[in-house]
Amino acid sequence: MTESFTPLTSAIGGGLIGLAATILLATMGRVAGISGIVKNAVFERNMDNRWRWAFIAGMLGGAAIIFWITGAAFEPRTDFPLGWTLVAGVLVGFGTSLGSGCTSGHGVCGAARTSRRSITATIIFIGTAMIVYFILRHALGVVL
Amino acid sequence: MKTLLSASLAGALFGAGLVISELSNPVKVLAFLDVTGEWDPSLLVLMGTAVLVTAIGYRLVTRRAQPLFEPRFYLPDATALTPQLILGAALFGIGWGIAGYCPGPAMTGLVFAVAEPWWFVGAMLIGFGWHRSVSSR
Repeated sequence: MTESFTPLTSAIGGGLIGLAATILLATMGRVAGISGIVKNAVFERNMDNRWRWAFIAGMLGGAAIIFWITGAAFEPRTDFPLGWTLVAGVLVGFGTSLGSGCTSGHGVCGAARTSRRSITATIIFIGTAMIVYFILRHALGVVL
Repeated sequence: MKTLLSASLAGALFGAGLVISELSNPVKVLAFLDVTGEWDPSLLVLMGTAVLVTAIGYRLVTRRAQPLFEPRFYLPDATALTPQLILGAALFGIGWGIAGYCPGPAMTGLVFAVAEPWWFVGAMLIGFGWHRSVSSR
């Protein structure tokens, strides 16, 4: 285990995310699934997407404020290979669209509702990510 | 107006949570995925807390007949474990394991004044559009 374990800030962050998900359900009746919110906001012209854009704007604003207050809580990564970034981005976009959700929609909101689909998806994407990490970094020794 | 304010408040808390917990930091995420190396279990605490608070919050909220500003709750009602769900989750996991970004943290990365999250989000939108075009045929 590493010394960078941060249970307190992780728990605070998790609490805020849970509170945010609760507020969105209480007011709009919507699940806080980021992949769905962003995908629909960008691609679906026939929906009323104003609340989705408001959510996205709030998310970027909240992130910027905390990042600024904490004097850059962490140093953003800049040296990751561009090719791998793009491949990963396409896989995450296609996969979350095909699988109807990501870490927030399945991993938080769906798991909180004890949805069988969401719990299955969460186990699969976390497991797959750990296996891919191992294959790339430990077995093949590529990607930093 | 009330709806937009409440959606942006929820978004702001969500974005703040992602940065405070450092889920927005792909280096931290990759350390969580490195179970055979210098494993950092922080994300487990984050997800556990988020699920717990959401579960309590959802339970309280759904006692009401409807949300404050909408006629009904829009909760997914599918229950079948489809090939799409399984394959989609696996493809997402591959991408997550490569770069350490899932959609929310990648979006918050857009405000960190570095290029990487912009490339990632651009590629992610291509992925969304690609799936949308093949599934609507």
